[in-house]
Amino acid sequence: MKYWRVPLDSEEVEVTQGVVHIIKDRCKGCGYCIEYCPRAVLEFSKEFNKNGYHPPRVRAEGCLNCHYCELLCPEFAIFSTEATAEQAAV
Amino acid sequence: MGSPAVKKEVPVPHPLEDLVRMERIPHIWCSGCGTGSVFTACLTAMKNTGINYDDFAMVSGIGCSGRGAGYINIDSFHTTHGRAIPFATGIKMARPETNVIVFSGDGDLFAIGGNHFIHAARRNMDITVICVNNFIYGMTGGQAAATTPHEAKSSTSMGGNPESPFNLPLLAYAAGATYVARWTMLHSRDLADSIEEAINHKGFSFVEALSPCPINYGRRNKQKPLDTLREYHANTIIKNNADPGELGIDFKQKVILGKFVDIEKPSHDEQYHRLYHETSTKS
Repeated sequence: MKYWRVPLDSEEVEVTQGVVHIIKDRCKGCGYCIEYCPRAVLEFSKEFNKNGYHPPRVRAEGCLNCHYCELLCPEFAIFSTEATAEQAAV
Repeated sequence: MGSPAVKKEVPVPHPLEDLVRMERIPHIWCSGCGTGSVFTACLTAMKNTGINYDDFAMVSGIGCSGRGAGYINIDSFHTTHGRAIPFATGIKMARPETNVIVFSGDGDLFAIGGNHFIHAARRNMDITVICVNNFIYGMTGGQAAATTPHEAKSSTSMGGNPESPFNLPLLAYAAGATYVARWTMLHSRDLADSIEEAINHKGFSFVEALSPCPINYGRRNKQKPLDTLREYHANTIIKNNADPGELGIDFKQKVILGKFVDIEKPSHDEQYHRLYHETSTKS
């Protein structure tokens, strides 16, 4: 993340990391999560799900576990959980 | 010891699966429809209140958003057209400790059910009304509704709607609602917080949630679902405690969002209890 000024406590604050879970077959391909992810970690995948939509897939690292995709998704198809220490280290 | 076993990915359930009848998912709402987002915000708000699920009841009328009662995994009631609020009133009067949520659309609540809405607001019934406002009669084929903005196109007003729409927060305020807020489905966090506040509020609470209808409204008004969301992003301003009179929706000014009314007033069931139960035990 780019700061215009580095916060004084930036070394002490631990930034949470999230893991995105996508339930592909529930997706109807509206693309809201992809467009409005604040960290832009999602993109359309090339594959089709069982209903013929392109579900999102994780494009890049950087999920902060803000749960916005989870709230915005009309289909209960995407959510995030906090990364375990093991996952965060990867 | 031994070689580390290959970890099998255990699918993590969606956090709202305990509140949704999962056997009925995928729901009927179209791709890009905002009703699902408002529904998610509502379920999240119910979860965040920490109230036992058995103390909730959801009532819906007819229409796309009226399906909400069918998808929620708590006591729910899918009622006749426009009569969600009378049924909710009945539940509240019979079981005053229940948190009754009415989840329905603008056509159901304000066109056929308009009279029920104003009278429940006048009585200050302690219910939470969530109105999914998509500006159109979505389920029946995109006819002009009581909330269709002036000059918007619909299947019954191809050259633009000649009528003026209802200003729903003003209507609720004028009728006597004690909590009035308006958000869009894109402002999901504010919407969920607002619904949580409305559930905890004693008295008639009304939350209007603007939501895209890409098939019947967006298609005729040259808006893809994402265009509608960009519109919600660019052409809305948040102004808490705004004057309800200036909250009309048209294309010439920005749409005002926020919490407009939050007042304390004795609710109907409190007054009823005071007049009929407390006095009868005294005499």
